[in-house]
Amino acid sequence: MGSNEFLFLLTGLKWTVLLSLVGFVGGGVFGLAVALLRTSGIAPLERGSRSYISLFQGTPLLMQLFVVYYGLALVGLKLDAWVAVAIGFTLHASAYLGEIWRGSIEAVPKGQTEAAKALSLHYVSRMKDVILPQAIRISLPATVGFLVQLIKGTSLAAIVGFTELTRAGNIISNQTFKPLLVFGIVGILYFLICWPLSLYGSHLERRMAVASR
Amino acid sequence: MNYKLDFTPVIEGLPDLLLACLGTFGLALGGMALAIVIGVGGVILRDSRFAPVRWLIKGFVELVRNTPFLVQIFFIYFALPLAGVRLDPTPTAIIALGLNGGAYAIEIIRGGVQSIGKGQIEAGLALGLHKAQVFRLIVLKPALRAIFPSLTSQFVLLTLSTSICSAISAYELTSVAQRIESDSFRSFEVYGTITLFYLVISWVMMRFFDAISTRYFSYPVK
Repeated sequence: MGSNEFLFLLTGLKWTVLLSLVGFVGGGVFGLAVALLRTSGIAPLERGSRSYISLFQGTPLLMQLFVVYYGLALVGLKLDAWVAVAIGFTLHASAYLGEIWRGSIEAVPKGQTEAAKALSLHYVSRMKDVILPQAIRISLPATVGFLVQLIKGTSLAAIVGFTELTRAGNIISNQTFKPLLVFGIVGILYFLICWPLSLYGSHLERRMAVASR
Repeated sequence: MNYKLDFTPVIEGLPDLLLACLGTFGLALGGMALAIVIGVGGVILRDSRFAPVRWLIKGFVELVRNTPFLVQIFFIYFALPLAGVRLDPTPTAIIALGLNGGAYAIEIIRGGVQSIGKGQIEAGLALGLHKAQVFRLIVLKPALRAIFPSLTSQFVLLTLSTSICSAISAYELTSVAQRIESDSFRSFEVYGTITLFYLVISWVMMRFFDAISTRYFSYPVK
């Protein structure tokens, strides 16, 4: 394996990082909406968002990608593989982040909501200024944990045919006939991204545990 | 929108798909069994007196938890033959699932063991209970109860990730679906249908674990 092959892997790594970022940011925006619907107190909206969450938590990520990928083509949208997988990961992330943030919103003590209501703050300002800032702090360790899960999950885009790090590894390993070396390096590259994040996540968790004692 | 949905290939392939659910089930069961063995063994070895053993277990856990399962399964698939072990894709997939699930199980079980206070054990002995009784009633059952929710949701995740084993063409639902899809090009119909299969599988599993939990672990905490 020469430097050209390694550069090809790094190009794959770039797409892995981009795909993770798009999925995380897009999933964050829609996930916030899911979490707010889930805690809205309006029964049909809560039921709807709960089904949405359990649909994504009860099926394999690979199937979600397949269904979105072929489903978009079916309704006549001719999209790049890149856009299709990005949409797939956005939907996936929105369900998981929605569930994490629902938990955090509910973990904010009830007195906070009551106090905000007593001060006659309306819904938007109650959420934006009182509840969400506290919920975000609570949700941080789990959110970072999910980011790691998402980065690892982007490897499944390889099966759909999108050339990110894992598929780049596949291609190089077919060219060089050194699968162990190639997948070893691919694994190390993933580890180098995910491990610092995991360490940061458990650091946050420990700090929260101390704070809540 | 001039595409017409056509489920004929799915209906014709239904017996194969249902049979393949058993394959998925087998992979999941094998993976879970191996994960429990690795989890319990790993927790014991993690407190070993020999530092290298402790580092090995910690390194294994961190490595598995911070790399994708797809890369792990490829690595194992190519590494086993080099180590002189020739296995079919399906047993290889079980080993990969077991190693992956095992790393998560180590962390979960360790948390459960740590949740049992020393005072509890001493109190049990002071009440004249046998060592075996203390282990069964005071250590094992509460520890199991403490880890049960996270361990079982990890098992559901493991079952869902069996679909990734199709990448090395192990026998399970997704690989059979891929065969039907490549014969018929009815991608959306095929994958849409088996997505529902997976949904049913995970729902049944969660119901089953919930039933066990209410049957055995629904006694008051304090």
